[in-house]
Amino acid sequence: MTVEQIGSEGKDQFPIGMRVLAVDDDPTCLLLLGTLLRRCQYHVTTTSQAKTALKMLRENKNKFDLVISDVHMPDMDGFKLLEHVGLEMDLPVIMLSANGDTKLVMKGITHGACDYLLKPVRIEELQNIWQHVVRRKKKDRCNSGSKEKPHPDSGEAAGIGNVDNNGKLNKKRKDQNEDEDYERDENGHDNEDPSAQKKPRVVWSVELHRKFVAAVNQLGIDKAVPKKILELMNVEKLTRENVASHLQKFRLYLKRISCVANQQANMAAALGTADSAYLRMGSLNGLGNFHTLAGSDQLHNAAFRSFPPSGVLGRLNTPAGLGIRGLPSPGTIQLGHVQNSGNPTNDLSKLQSFVPGNHNTNILQGMPMSLELDRLQHNKSVGHIGELPTTDSTTVFPGSGNLVDARITGFSNNPLLGVTSNSLMLEGSSQQATSHTSVSAIGFQNGNALSDFTSIAPASNQLQDSKAGSQGQASPINCNAGQIIRSAPQEWNAPRKDAPYQSHASINSSIPINSAMIQLGQCLDRNNSIFHKTTDLDSVGPLNFVDPLSIKHGEGDNSIMEPSVIEKEGYLMFQPRPHGSHVPDNIGSLEDLASAMMKQEGGCNGYSLRTSI
Amino acid sequence: MERNPMRRQLASMRKSLFDQGYLDEQFMELEQLLDDANPNFVEEVVTLYYRDSARLILNLDRALERRPLDFSKLDGLMHQFKGSSSSIGAKKVKAESTLFREYCKSGNAEGCMRTFQQLKKEYATLRKKLETYFQLARQIGPMESANRPK
Repeated sequence: MTVEQIGSEGKDQFPIGMRVLAVDDDPTCLLLLGTLLRRCQYHVTTTSQAKTALKMLRENKNKFDLVISDVHMPDMDGFKLLEHVGLEMDLPVIMLSANGDTKLVMKGITHGACDYLLKPVRIEELQNIWQHVVRRKKKDRCNSGSKEKPHPDSGEAAGIGNVDNNGKLNKKRKDQNEDEDYERDENGHDNEDPSAQKKPRVVWSVELHRKFVAAVNQLGIDKAVPKKILELMNVEKLTRENVASHLQKFRLYLKRISCVANQQANMAAALGTADSAYLRMGSLNGLGNFHTLAGSDQLHNAAFRSFPPSGVLGRLNTPAGLGIRGLPSPGTIQLGHVQNSGNPTNDLSKLQSFVPGNHNTNILQGMPMSLELDRLQHNKSVGHIGELPTTDSTTVFPGSGNLVDARITGFSNNPLLGVTSNSLMLEGSSQQATSHTSVSAIGFQNGNALSDFTSIAPASNQLQDSKAGSQGQASPINCNAGQIIRSAPQEWNAPRKDAPYQSHASINSSIPINSAMIQLGQCLDRNNSIFHKTTDLDSVGPLNFVDPLSIKHGEGDNSIMEPSVIEKEGYLMFQPRPHGSHVPDNIGSLEDLASAMMKQEGGCNGYSLRTSI
Repeated sequence: MERNPMRRQLASMRKSLFDQGYLDEQFMELEQLLDDANPNFVEEVVTLYYRDSARLILNLDRALERRPLDFSKLDGLMHQFKGSSSSIGAKKVKAESTLFREYCKSGNAEGCMRTFQQLKKEYATLRKKLETYFQLARQIGPMESANRPK
């Protein structure tokens, strides 16, 4: 019943006339209760059968304001009734029992009772039960009033600053919470519709989401406004509000993914064997993929633009930002082979070989982003990557050692990954570099990557569309890494702090870059220099990669892709996934990766691409 | 006038019911619900109680005859009985019910049986007293009932 209705009955008189439904199988108690309630001037309906009560409520949920029910009833457990009423009608329910055991009272609370009274009930207790009705109305109104998530930025904030896994984990939780709350708010919002009717919820089917993602990609994540998306989607009965809320969720998702992606990218970078191709691929592909994915060319361009073509891995914008959220810290990113051939996805597994210990490989694997590093043709820096000095493929991942060869082949969209290997090399210290580069490539998601994320959408299916990982968008990993990646590790470091990242930082911050941080190793002082470089990948864009590399700036830098994490170990920790979890190899798309990553979430938190350099 | 002694008698009867612990404050709560619209409310409730509780007592008797005793079932029945009894303020009966449930929980068959017998006695005693009480109250008349001393 809405407040308005109450009003219509004589709002001024409330609580007088409040409509109560009393349920108790004991006739004595029921008579007493009914009488007491009437004495309080409520409008009372009594029944001794819970089933009857439920039937009455279902017939017209607006007929009652409050339900009082006994706990112990023969035909239905009071708690069950409580649940039903709470779920179906959302009315306040007061439990009544002769038994005041703490356990029972607790059970009542957990089942949603707004109060628990002991028999015999006294009239004084009943005189105040109207407060529950008012309280609920107020709450409903509040919820519907704002669609704001309860803690919209908490997660982000947390994510940004935290370099460590915990931060990521927290962020993840917060994101989830945000999503949940968001859901709740959304529902609440529905309640507030002028029609006072609950609007049927829009179910975002795969198809619908695909359209949505396509629309967002087309517009570019930055320019994707609900109105335009709606127009592009051209779906009947879809409202701007539906799209708006979905977009909000999607963005969050991208953010999450990007972190992982970044990590992956980092890993890839780490794996970055000297093969410049990879890097290139990584960047190109990644970016390129992003293009397709998100259609956000702008992303790519932007990413690239920002990075000086300095062969730096920067380009690697590692789409790998795949939000490697969960990249296990130790995770040396097993970038495996970022094959130039651009074998998407599968290669990720190869990457695994690298990482010593931790799941590493997973990271990349998870990423559906087949970094297709091969195709790094990405104009910009990608090519450069190969040029990374010292890109010594072998060295690439010092950490795990394997990383060196990280061929981030698998990264399907994660051009970043491809880059990693090479980029990593950049460091010169080979080890470090490798990780870095690759990482960066991977992780870097251009800020715009977000657009790609759209595909990443939680649905993971989405990723498919977007071709892999560009979804990495999430991570703004784009750290403009391009710039960063350049040159030797040191450079990375330097640039790292640069804007590119910084810029990403902003983006990335939201991404729990930590995970993504492909620890490119050490050389960089942790900071994502590596990542940054990879960002050139352009692909970074949509990749969720949020730059795994950059994500971890250990230093607290924009946490974005700081390879900081990497630095140490020099390996990319992309996937938090514990080796077991494999990201489906051929996820072929970020989607898969994303989903895989999502699954991993738990594990990943620690991705820190650490290049054991 | 001639009602005065009756009223006095009624009052003293009532007092002794409370003093002897047969009734508790809940009974007074019931009395407070008396008004012109429901002059015999208390009697109505009590009558309803005895009718309904008779059924419970019967079930309890049957359950106690079974071997072995189903304590959880007994506990459940007694829980209901306790609820109604407390609603009318039947203090002693309620106390026995609580004791009975304790025995059920500890699986004390003998304790249960013993307690139940005691409970039935209290139950019967209270019933008789209340019947007498209400009879007298009806004789005095509705107006008197409304003005019954609290």
